[in-house]
Amino acid sequence: MTDKTVSLPEERRHGSFIKNNLRNYGMLMSLIAIMLFFQVMTSGTLLQPLNLTNLVLQNSYIVIMALGMLLVIVTGHIDLSVGSVAGFVGAVAALLMVTYKVDYTLAFLICLAVGAAIGAAQGYWVAYFKIPSFIVTLAGMLVFKGLALAVLQGQSLGPFPSTFQKLSSGFIPEVLPEAGTLHPTSMLIGAVLALGLVYASAKSRAREVSHGIEVEPYAFFLGKSVVLACAVLYFTYLIATYRGLPNVLVIMSVLIALYGFVTRRTVIGRQIYAVGGNAKAAGLSGIKTERLTFFTFVNMGVLAALAGLVFAARLNTATPKAGLGFELDVIAACFIGGASAYGGVGRVGGAVVGAMIMGVMNNGMSILGIGIDYQQVIKGLVLLGAVCIDVYNQRR
Amino acid sequence: MGRNAMTAMLEMRNVSKSFAGVQALRDVNFSVEAGQIHALVGENGAGKSTLMKVLSGVYPAGSYEGTIVFEGEERRFRDINDSEALGIIIIHQELALIPLMSIAENIFLSHPPSKFGVIDRDEVYRRTRELLAQVGLKESPDTLITDLGVGKQQLVEIAKALSKRVRMLILDEPTASLNEADSAALLERLMKFRDQGIGSILISHKLNEVARVADHITVLRDGRTVDGIDCRAEPIQEDRIIRSMVNRDLAHRFPERSAKIGEPVLQVSNWSVYHPIHPERQVIKNVNFGVKRGEVVGIAGLMGAGRTEFAMSLFGRSWGTNISGRIALEGHEIVLPSVAAAIDAGLAYVTEDRKQLGLILADDVRKNITLASLDQVAPGRVIDDIAELKVASDYRNRMRIRCSDVYQETGQLSGGNQQKVVLSKWLMTDPKVLILDEPTRGIDVGAKYEIYCIINELAEAGRGVVVISSEMPELLGICDRICVMNDGAFVGEFPGAEATQESIMRAIMRNERSNGNGAAKAAEMGGSQL
Repeated sequence: MTDKTVSLPEERRHGSFIKNNLRNYGMLMSLIAIMLFFQVMTSGTLLQPLNLTNLVLQNSYIVIMALGMLLVIVTGHIDLSVGSVAGFVGAVAALLMVTYKVDYTLAFLICLAVGAAIGAAQGYWVAYFKIPSFIVTLAGMLVFKGLALAVLQGQSLGPFPSTFQKLSSGFIPEVLPEAGTLHPTSMLIGAVLALGLVYASAKSRAREVSHGIEVEPYAFFLGKSVVLACAVLYFTYLIATYRGLPNVLVIMSVLIALYGFVTRRTVIGRQIYAVGGNAKAAGLSGIKTERLTFFTFVNMGVLAALAGLVFAARLNTATPKAGLGFELDVIAACFIGGASAYGGVGRVGGAVVGAMIMGVMNNGMSILGIGIDYQQVIKGLVLLGAVCIDVYNQRR
Repeated sequence: MGRNAMTAMLEMRNVSKSFAGVQALRDVNFSVEAGQIHALVGENGAGKSTLMKVLSGVYPAGSYEGTIVFEGEERRFRDINDSEALGIIIIHQELALIPLMSIAENIFLSHPPSKFGVIDRDEVYRRTRELLAQVGLKESPDTLITDLGVGKQQLVEIAKALSKRVRMLILDEPTASLNEADSAALLERLMKFRDQGIGSILISHKLNEVARVADHITVLRDGRTVDGIDCRAEPIQEDRIIRSMVNRDLAHRFPERSAKIGEPVLQVSNWSVYHPIHPERQVIKNVNFGVKRGEVVGIAGLMGAGRTEFAMSLFGRSWGTNISGRIALEGHEIVLPSVAAAIDAGLAYVTEDRKQLGLILADDVRKNITLASLDQVAPGRVIDDIAELKVASDYRNRMRIRCSDVYQETGQLSGGNQQKVVLSKWLMTDPKVLILDEPTRGIDVGAKYEIYCIINELAEAGRGVVVISSEMPELLGICDRICVMNDGAFVGEFPGAEATQESIMRAIMRNERSNGNGAAKAAEMGGSQL
């Protein structure tokens, strides 16, 4: 039967290919449209190297948490506590590093462990006691917001050791000779990345062809690769003309690649989707559904902790208000990115694009001088609109 | 009320309907008289549901070709409210009742009798009692839906239909999830409606039921009407109906089978299981059970006999508490504390409910097939997508799963093809023993035959196969040995060649009587299929 699919008429293949991909890349196109819109409206400010770097720094913690949230949502749950947990972990970090002068590496690890423990505690109730995650994490949200206040005694605590600040405000070190305003190391990394991406997708396509599997038409593949490579190169060029690649961008990219791989290609990723798609059927297929659900919450806790650290390092102080409302942006990012509230559906790429849409809109509207009041209104409508389009698409 | 055979209450003329280039109905002509039970039969995907959706206005006028004449006038329904206003009421296979509301609240959900917008409770109760009496349901109007069995829920759904002005009742597979006594009661009710002049359209896969109550049978195949049988004029021949449905002569409804039975592969002894919510209730009572290589063993029994519970408790303790007893696989005693352990040991269990428990409907065919044996295509826990695709395509060909490709969502497949996906999933685990729970439920005749062939092949490959089924002819047709379960224990065993429906039922009845609770149930069963 495989040969039958391969020999489909060329026209139909192109038609269905475009249709499928419109669905897959719909949100990416929206992101590009939104960026173009703000680029024009802000007369080019949006994509200025300085602003672009800020955009990355401002949204890194949202993207990091969205990776964990995506897994939680895919298993059919939700985590409302991530903002409070991030704030609480930031407070713990300040307590350790500022008050008790603990070495920053050790403090960093302790904070991640605290995040894991918080995730485990919440995941335990959700996975093994079957208490709805909405309730467990709503409780967690209150608890950790309160604990953050208690740890900080209502005060801001800072500044952090300068090495720790580098987590958020640092850039990768320049090892090559300077070339004017351009940072050659960053540019080189970007170029290698672009080539690597094109090479990897060409290799995987060739492998599929050699096994007689239907692949996207060559023209599409070529076009996609060129656009992808150019986008990566242009983006790194812009970043490299300011101060080079921010450390946090490197961390973020590695995490995105890692989670993308785990969700698409690994057994555990597949099983997480199966649990979200139909927990009973997954259980009767030998999948340990409770353990996986528990794991997604532990993972969420660690990523919330990391985000809390990044945020604290960026502000260079831990405040009781840190993390306030982050959960909403993170959850919105996942849903804008096409995750289903019923579980079983959602992509890492989608969540990242969703987070970037929120980020670009925040940034663009701020540059345009739109007040925080109407920013909220517009973001809310975009969330509703994105999910409506998704639901409409799936009904077709 | 007398029947007037001359006037058709409903006439659908030359109805055609297509979806995105796929012709679902072609020039269908279909008419129902007042006071007639008109059975509509056909394989899954033959167009029965589409035809009913056209009739009830789910597909509005203009989205199909052809005309609908109801009670002498051409009708153009814009939506389901239009057809309901004329008394055309459809009862879907999936019941649309709200579980945590009472019978009365459900019946008068949309238009409760009220004064100045306040619901008149006395009136609601009075009318609910009337309606319940009409459908023969002896329950208080206050009873919550969730406390009723499926059979009674079905009756509530009919009472709800009767609360509106009913001229024509459409029932889509009303007995699919009912046991025989409840089915019989429901069909009785349908015959009463006939006498009151209500026209009924009955969609059913169960030909024996159709034969019992239908006045007229229309057979649909590939969106066309291929046969019409006036049951009052000619005797009903099941073979003729089946032939029209599948366009293939089923001289044998079951494939030939030459058993090569080897040594025992699964041996269960002293198996005992208690209810998970009522731990004092013993559901499976010290049961002994065995399967040999190459053998197909059937487990017969009434609904609630404990067959599914027995199978699931074996399969990694996925049902019940306080489970005790011994399992030996190929002579070695094993302990199966989890589903994963059971799969590793070589056990497979195909669930009774494939949509809720068997498949991930939103996922594609490929992911469903490999779900229980991902390790085989994932060296180092990383999935080799090409190996996976090949395995899945291979099963698709071997099992003749009809899908556009292995990336198609399983939710879009027909029941028979979904079942083949589930079977593929379990075959991939390379089990020594397969337990199939109601493997052909809700599957059309053609696909059933294919499933039987697959069962045969499995046995011929030296696996032990256990089939749990409520369709006795099926067990008689495919099993080498039939064990009869009743009330959590085996009460009879017959070689396949010697068993008959009567002997199986007698074994159950004898046990019911000796348990002292049999009289009522036996009387109930006496009136049913046997």
